[in-house]
Amino acid sequence: MSAALINLSYLMASALFIFGLKGLSHPRTAVRGNLLGALGMLLAVAVTLLNRRIVSFEVILAGILCGSAVGAVFAVKVPMTAMPQMVALFNGFGGGASVLVAGASLLETISVGTPPSPRFLVAVAATGIVGAVTFWGSLVAFGKLQGLVTENAVVFRGQQAANAAIGLACVVLGGWLVAVPDDPVRYLALAGVASVLGVLLVIPIGGADMPVVIALLNSYSGLAGTATGFVLDNNVLIIAGSLVGASGIILTKIMCKAMNRSLGNVLFGIGGTVGTAPAASGADIYEGKVKSASPEEVAMVFDAARRAVIVPGYGLAVSQAQHAVRDLSNLLESRGCEVEFAIHPVAGRMPGHMNVLLAEANIPYDKLKEMDEANSGFPQTDVALVIGANDVVNPVARTDPDSPIAGMPILDVDKARTVVVIKRSLSPGFAGIPNPLFAADNTLMLFGDGKKAILELIAALKEF
Amino acid sequence: MEGLIASLTIFVLAIFLGFEVITKVPPTLHTPLMSGSNAISGITLVGALLSAGHQHTQLTTILGFVAVVFATINVVGGFLVTHRILGMFRKKEDR
Repeated sequence: MSAALINLSYLMASALFIFGLKGLSHPRTAVRGNLLGALGMLLAVAVTLLNRRIVSFEVILAGILCGSAVGAVFAVKVPMTAMPQMVALFNGFGGGASVLVAGASLLETISVGTPPSPRFLVAVAATGIVGAVTFWGSLVAFGKLQGLVTENAVVFRGQQAANAAIGLACVVLGGWLVAVPDDPVRYLALAGVASVLGVLLVIPIGGADMPVVIALLNSYSGLAGTATGFVLDNNVLIIAGSLVGASGIILTKIMCKAMNRSLGNVLFGIGGTVGTAPAASGADIYEGKVKSASPEEVAMVFDAARRAVIVPGYGLAVSQAQHAVRDLSNLLESRGCEVEFAIHPVAGRMPGHMNVLLAEANIPYDKLKEMDEANSGFPQTDVALVIGANDVVNPVARTDPDSPIAGMPILDVDKARTVVVIKRSLSPGFAGIPNPLFAADNTLMLFGDGKKAILELIAALKEF
Repeated sequence: MEGLIASLTIFVLAIFLGFEVITKVPPTLHTPLMSGSNAISGITLVGALLSAGHQHTQLTTILGFVAVVFATINVVGGFLVTHRILGMFRKKEDR
């Protein structure tokens, strides 16, 4: 097949990727969008195999069979709660592949004997850095989310200086590679140092900040693809990689905004909030004001409710309560109560995670309300039921300008007539601060495991 | 040099296009957007195929092979899992 035809096919594949991503902007067209993206990939792979450079297919076939088997098993087996770590892992594989491709390309060019052009070498160095950071950063994120390593922020003295030094070392090594390209060991060194950087960049990021990291790594994996496109002079890689890079950046921005923090704050812990909160202040706020209710009392409140809003947090996913929540929602609706779900953008461990978990439990997506829409509805709501969420419903974000979460957009559940909070204890959330919502006059605390509490509530409600 | 400018033009325009298209994706679909775009970033597979199939030296072939495995996991896993996630999204009437 001629080069022109191959490139035209790549153009078509790029267009399919764009249509595919556009399709993902509505639940109705999303399935088709994803299929269009897959079709674009199939086309790109198929025409690549017609390239005259390819002399043998055995290795390719073996690689594709291995990769497909592993990928398919992951995709079919992974539970929806584990989706964040799986996306992190896949990101990592994409980044790792880019590092290897750029390395192989460098070796080929050097051994042919023609001096490689500076633009080729710059692209190789960039791919090595971005790809290795993506690969190792993603593996650390995977380890944290999977519970293989501590999910807490790992911080040490001089961390930022160390990161800056290693970042600088990457740039210097990259420059050296461009200046004196004849020894591929330099590329190995570059990738090695960038790997250390990838690990160091992700270890200081803790639990609830993970959505930002996942989104950012998503962006990096795209940019690694773009850089590989510059290495190979291949437009479909440049276009597809840029689209993904842009997507990841947008999601990162949305996540940061939802936490009212800058990207620098999340990544480098500047003015970090973790563990700095005064532990004693919780007692003054809660003392004598927290009303613990039984499932029967809560059922009584729901019995009279005409409109209920359920606010799910990560605690819901942890206790696997999605299906119990669905049953509760159906029961309430059958009793003539309107039920909606209010989803905070950073609920869960990746962007949109909570929506997927509720969709898995067969809760229709049109009942899931975004923050702004949900907030306008709370004043007309009889009961707001908070399950396993804490910081995202803490009114302090609105009232106390000195609070670590000041200015963070929250769900205004306190404006509902009654608030029911299902929680194991009064322990603080990720921000480490007490939540006056739990002590508010219109709040009832239903202490216990999320799933168990909801099942008890359902049983009690059926008695009425 | 001219080729580089052309590539950079494509790169910058694709970033802008990406911003335009993806800003419209609602929060409900952010997870499938991530897993789906993740699969697209496996486009590195194209480069991996060239390295693995060119068989320049044994080392480049091995690197190419591993790259093909990695990128295929990314692509196949990404598209499949996105399909699986999207299959769960339902409107009320479809139940």
